[in-house]
Amino acid sequence: MASQTDAAAKETKGFVIVLKRLFVRLGILPFLLAIAVIVFALISDNFLTGRNLMNVMRQSVYLTIVSLGQMFALLTGGFDLSVGTVLALTSVVGALTMASAYAAMPDAVWLAILLGCLAGVAAGSLIGVCNGIGVAVFNVSPFMMSLGMASIGFGVALYLTGGVPVYGMPQEFGDSFGFGTLLGIPTPLYVAAVILVALYLFLNWTPFGRYFYAVGGNIKAAGLSGINTRLTLFWTYVLCAMLAAISGMLLTARLDTGEANIGASMPLESIAACVIAGVSLRGGVGRLENVVLGALFIGIVQNGMNLARIESYLQTVVLGALLILAVIADQIRLRFVASLKD
Amino acid sequence: MPSLHLEEDARNGDARPLLETLKISKDYPGVKALDDVDFELRAGEVHVLFGENGAGKSTLISLIAGANTPSGGEIRFNGNAVRLSSVHQARSLGISAVFQEFSLIPQMTVAENLFLGAEQTRFGFLQKGVLRDRAQEVLNDLDFQLSPGRRVDHLTRAEQQMVEIAKAFRSDLSVLILDEPTASLTNHETEQLFRLIGRLKEQGVGIIYITHRMAEIRQIGDRITVLRDGRFIDTVDAGTTSEDKLVRLMTGRVVGQIFPDVSYAPGEVILQVEDLHTSEGSVRGASASVRRGEIVGFAGLVGSGKSKFAQACFGARRLSAGSVTFKGTDVTGATTQSMLDSGFLYLPSDRRTDGLMMMRSARENMSLASLTTRPFSNGWVLDKRAETRTAGDLADRLNLSPKRVERAVEHFSGGNQQKVMLARSLTRDFDLIVFDEPTVGVDVGTRAAIYAFIAELCEGGAAVLLISSDLPEILHLSNRAYVFYRGRIQAELAGNEITEANVLSHFFEREAA
Ligand SMILES: Nc1ncnc2c1ncn2[C@@H]1O[C@H](COP(=O)(O)OP(=O)(O)OP(=O)(O)O)[C@@H](O)[C@H]1O
Ligand SMILES: [Mg+2]
Repeated sequence: MASQTDAAAKETKGFVIVLKRLFVRLGILPFLLAIAVIVFALISDNFLTGRNLMNVMRQSVYLTIVSLGQMFALLTGGFDLSVGTVLALTSVVGALTMASAYAAMPDAVWLAILLGCLAGVAAGSLIGVCNGIGVAVFNVSPFMMSLGMASIGFGVALYLTGGVPVYGMPQEFGDSFGFGTLLGIPTPLYVAAVILVALYLFLNWTPFGRYFYAVGGNIKAAGLSGINTRLTLFWTYVLCAMLAAISGMLLTARLDTGEANIGASMPLESIAACVIAGVSLRGGVGRLENVVLGALFIGIVQNGMNLARIESYLQTVVLGALLILAVIADQIRLRFVASLKD
Repeated sequence: MPSLHLEEDARNGDARPLLETLKISKDYPGVKALDDVDFELRAGEVHVLFGENGAGKSTLISLIAGANTPSGGEIRFNGNAVRLSSVHQARSLGISAVFQEFSLIPQMTVAENLFLGAEQTRFGFLQKGVLRDRAQEVLNDLDFQLSPGRRVDHLTRAEQQMVEIAKAFRSDLSVLILDEPTASLTNHETEQLFRLIGRLKEQGVGIIYITHRMAEIRQIGDRITVLRDGRFIDTVDAGTTSEDKLVRLMTGRVVGQIFPDVSYAPGEVILQVEDLHTSEGSVRGASASVRRGEIVGFAGLVGSGKSKFAQACFGARRLSAGSVTFKGTDVTGATTQSMLDSGFLYLPSDRRTDGLMMMRSARENMSLASLTTRPFSNGWVLDKRAETRTAGDLADRLNLSPKRVERAVEHFSGGNQQKVMLARSLTRDFDLIVFDEPTVGVDVGTRAAIYAFIAELCEGGAAVLLISSDLPEILHLSNRAYVFYRGRIQAELAGNEITEANVLSHFFEREAA
């Protein structure tokens, strides 16, 4: 009898050690994902259906793309609080341009869509250019710079629209980029996939990609190693805004209107996705594939809470709590690293 | 087993150790940093810890100073077993340490740093005036020329080192631990420190001293404990043990000559600097030249401008006047990037703040300055396999320990971090390499390896500029030497003129015009 409980105790101990090791190696994210999936599958029968999972993916696309940009800012040791504004400004400028181009030449539908997208992304990227100049050239802290730009961008977006949604975009835009599917898979997913692959190759397989880690790892060392740190910082914020802008255009297609009040939750959610995925707030550490999972995790939690009919106000409470939990878990992980032999 | 203790007490008699460790061990993930180490410190002695990079010296003192907790074994202080769970607790027992890696808060002033955690308060408020006065007292006592009101991040590394040392003196001491305190000090400051150590010895303070410099062991050491691969090897008397024997104990083998014979075959002038001024005033009108196949030494006190001069040539510092010509083209005010691309590398003296990305792997740190060149990439796409292979080769060549290039740099010992940074000079063919204090914290065996590769670089036709506070390095290696004083070049010495007396005589006073 006694030996049996002993063996059982040993087994659980072994299991705990394996768990600890997994935790040290992979971080908190896989555990959170597993817990979330199990809990929501128990709560709602609809959760683990193919249709719902596809739905989660589609809904997570916007956050995923923004988080990828946010990751670059975090890698270099900064962050970007203006991503939400970028979404809004892109949406408004893109919709306005598209609508007026469409009104001027109703036959050239695709030209209008192209013009609208270009104008929207350009407007959003402009915020990144300002951030980049402020941070890289004038050494303004990323916190102040992006906070200031968030206010400016939001003001401009409201000013342009007077606070009302922008209508009049061609039907085809929403049909193809918002609701369209190809081979049963929503089009935004393709866009995200292309971006993902391109960024993955860029970040991991080019010297310039390595520079983002170097600047975040030790900016002085990077400078003395011949890396143009100002240029790297500048591109960090431009890239971040560009990605947020693309996300903004996709969201505009989904909503079928240009809106100045979208994206308000993006700064928090994108930083949360990165941090949960193990991107260091001190810069220099983080993996792209994990960030995708991090964004997906937040999507799953939101979807699950919707299925479980949890109020949206409470949902933000949960999100904030998860963010803090992730940071605490990371600290605990560091302590485990010291106590475990590999 | 109380009888055992009695026996020990009887044997030691009066020379009862002030502090001792019994079979102490420390495990890190994948490494046994310390393995059953016995160590004892008597009152009033300077006990030197000696061993290769990664032997476990810093780990041992971190346990004694309460910065880390042992995985096994026991620490005894005045004969009683103690558990030191924090630096604070160790300090309250009178055990103070100056660590290899600084623990200063850069945004605070010297005075604030000195009394951090031991602030004077009245009714719960800081007494800033009192703090300042006491800081000034401590600094005066140590004869360190530092103003207590200056911010630490505005100080040079050597000055920060002085603050770090002063910090250990703020309270009553019975054990003082110094981990490579002279690594970035010049002779002058080192002498001050040694005088101080002498005074403390008289007061019966036990001192644990870590160094890689033989001369220092000779000068102040009483006993030496040698560690190798985390294990205790021997404790020997400093006065009667020969250098060869020490090195043999340390490495387990015989290391030949430390300084290589460098054949001197100067080629064309590769770097020509005329009347250089930096805009912040640290260099004020210095001219120098370097030829291919030459090792040129830069000597001078801390803050004499020898590093700043090289940084300015490299494009890392703004110039206000003067010209820099590299390989025949005028590169005055060029960026570091273009200097690197034209074959000029500067390796900084402070690996932690200027040199390394601590949380990234050794591999990435080595390749950092050469990412756009072969074999690391074709300019656009990285070749990670070649990168890994090259990093492995460099680790072999510089004897990195442990030889794990994917490990984050922060998990290597100090000397091994230095090796990772130096490896950068071998990642492509540079024409001129500036080594700024290249052997800070590097053990004797590796030092010989570094000197050998510096000599090799030079014989291969590259030019080497060696900036060093370690005088023997300048004396033995350089073909020509410049002595800096207050931002100007005080003297240029060549060949046989480079003697200790000659160099030192130019450290302080100005040449009569
Ligand atoms: N935080 C850490 N995590 C993992 N391993 C560590 C850590 N700190 C030290 N080590 C390992 O412990 C061993 C001993 O390191 P330690 O710093 O004590 O060496 P040292 O004798 O002080 O060397 P040096 O002369 O280079 O300063 C090394 O193998 C090192 O890699
Ligand atoms: Mg050490």
